[in-house]
Amino acid sequence: MENNEKKEKKEKVPRHKMPEQDPKVRIHNYNEVPIGYSEETAMKEASRCIQCKKPGCRTGCPVGVDIPAFVKLIAEGKFIEAAWKLKEDSALPAVCGRVCPQESQCEKFCILGKKDEPVAIGRLERFAADYERNSGQVKIPEVAAKNGKKVAVVGGGPAGLTVAGDLIKLGYEVTIYEALHKPGGVLVYGIPEFRLPKSIVEAEINYLEKLGVKVVCNAVIGRLETIDELFAEGYDAVFLGVGAGAPVFMGIPGENLSGIYSANEYLTRSNLMKAYLFPEYDTPIVRGKNVAVIGGGNVAMDSVRTALRLGADNAYIIYRRSEVELPARAEEVHHAKEEGVQFKLLTNPVEYIGDANGWVTGIKCVEMELGEPDESGRRRPVEKKGSEFVIDVDTVVVSVGTNANPIIPMTTPGLDTNKWGYIVADEETGKTSREGVYAGGDIVTGSATVILAMGAGKKAAASIHEYLSKK
Amino acid sequence: MTKILEKVDLSENVVKMVLDAPAIAKKRKAGQFIVLKIDEKGERIPLTTVDADPEKGTLTIIFQVVGKTTAKLATLKAGDELMDLQGPMGRPTHLEGVKNAVCVGGGVGVGVVYPIGAALKKQGAKVTSIIGARNKELLILEEEMKGISDNLIVTTDDGSYGIHGFVSDALKTLIESGEKIDEVFAIGPVPMMKAVAAVTKNYGIKTTVSLNSIMVDATGMCGACRVAVGGETKFACVDGPEFDGHAVDFDLLASRLRMYMTQEKESMDKYRCECHGK
Repeated sequence: MENNEKKEKKEKVPRHKMPEQDPKVRIHNYNEVPIGYSEETAMKEASRCIQCKKPGCRTGCPVGVDIPAFVKLIAEGKFIEAAWKLKEDSALPAVCGRVCPQESQCEKFCILGKKDEPVAIGRLERFAADYERNSGQVKIPEVAAKNGKKVAVVGGGPAGLTVAGDLIKLGYEVTIYEALHKPGGVLVYGIPEFRLPKSIVEAEINYLEKLGVKVVCNAVIGRLETIDELFAEGYDAVFLGVGAGAPVFMGIPGENLSGIYSANEYLTRSNLMKAYLFPEYDTPIVRGKNVAVIGGGNVAMDSVRTALRLGADNAYIIYRRSEVELPARAEEVHHAKEEGVQFKLLTNPVEYIGDANGWVTGIKCVEMELGEPDESGRRRPVEKKGSEFVIDVDTVVVSVGTNANPIIPMTTPGLDTNKWGYIVADEETGKTSREGVYAGGDIVTGSATVILAMGAGKKAAASIHEYLSKK
Repeated sequence: MTKILEKVDLSENVVKMVLDAPAIAKKRKAGQFIVLKIDEKGERIPLTTVDADPEKGTLTIIFQVVGKTTAKLATLKAGDELMDLQGPMGRPTHLEGVKNAVCVGGGVGVGVVYPIGAALKKQGAKVTSIIGARNKELLILEEEMKGISDNLIVTTDDGSYGIHGFVSDALKTLIESGEKIDEVFAIGPVPMMKAVAAVTKNYGIKTTVSLNSIMVDATGMCGACRVAVGGETKFACVDGPEFDGHAVDFDLLASRLRMYMTQEKESMDKYRCECHGK
């Protein structure tokens, strides 16, 4: 009885908000938007967890983090221990605490969410990981004795970093080959500083290097060395986590006008190359006054919020469906609205208009209405006849998805791809059509999330271990 | 880090550098390029490779000073290091079956067409080369081109050396003289490639050009380098850099190359000030 009473009491404590920078202030800086829990708030929030016997949250986590255990440690004030508990299952807790869509994963299954709001698992994860990093007490766990086997990881993004983290602990010699000059993949080129500070990504990668992972940058596998050459060099297995890669354009007239970017380019210039600090950094970016971002996903939100910080007077999201269909996380849409982003919903671009210098000056759009559901289950947007209008812009960012990068499949005989060019890999094991070659992340699934790529990496690491243990 | 082994000024604004890059040198083929970044705050710029020695592990690049990055690069000396070097990127030049070739190079483009001519010569093709520059001082690699060509024609815009006129005029004269030509490889400034393609189109001679679009990652991820070829959008970094000259929209290429003119000037002015301040 007493126990039940205790539970009742806990459920009444509302979920704790995380303080955030004022929208009016933050659109003029690149600092992180949410400020993070204090120790006191973290302990209070963690105490809301009722420590279920069969924790739904854990099954909702693609990498299976022992959520009740780390939350309990926070409630007890054992913050460092909480971080170590997280690191048993996740190579990148400070990243996941920030960019995972917890509302559709762990928190979705939290029992408290049935009547009340779920435990803020993501915010607690972030708190513990930040606490450990800031404390300087980063523990380097025991790694198994070297087993003499070598694994090459192609691509230093979330999937590759996870594979490397798991295999290095099991005694493998692991080398990550990264095409760009910095590892991290989408964490460094795609997600902006104000959502994921790059110093955090660097710290998480440093941690992997301390575990013994080797990182080779500027190595475009397929060009510099092929997969077959990696095997010939003595690698026993190869993991491909090269990301989705190629940006999709809509194929409408005027799309190659100056001032029109893919989201990949816009974000890579700003984030990886630090063009927002031009001319201190050498890479330029167009600081548009009227910027339209085409698309409604998380990448579109990152782009439009970047445009505001680069000094846009008007920053638009142009999306062909309605608000409920926006694929971006509700939190991202909320942040964008707070910052003054204008949503042009049920609107679709049909043509770009340019000036005599070949620079974009306007987008010819049509209004849309929702018709019958399509194959995705969402109502299909249909053009309203005679609804054409023009939005004046000087910069456009096209954020309507990505295609598979062709370099690896093009240079790897016997590696099967599907009709869209993505690598065919078993969902449970990451096995491809080539023996010893595993794949995971966006190059298998198409654009998805950081945590799903990490989940795929985790499964692939386990099956590489199984494969090499038998060999 | 990549060490610069040798640096030679080829003209007042064109520089040749030999880099210590064994892994790239082993793989690099004619027509491919590299991306380099000088230092932490540097820009990633694509530069075509001119030569590679797999045994010595060296890679040769030639570049023209056009903006801050190339200006800064030109101040580096043998023994200095580049922070990042990525390559070889792009598809190699398609050379199979070419028996009678004309290699046309304009300005710094001579450096890019040179390895193609050398590879053609090596496979036994007859190579006629037409190289040009604005004036005698800006002409590069004349001796090297002579060494790989059966016949070398030199032009200058101002008539200070060789034939007075453009490389495209000399090419027209050559074609009209009845020279048998399977393919023309034309590399240089956009107006030059456009002019060459216009000449050869009239005679139905296959023409390959190498496009110097703006790039960032150069792995097909960003689309900065997109060009229109035969009405289709292509990425110069992974689909090229070489394309059918008769199908390329050169005006679009030229306008996209001007996209950062204001920022390039700002960056260059700031750099010049800093240099003078020292």
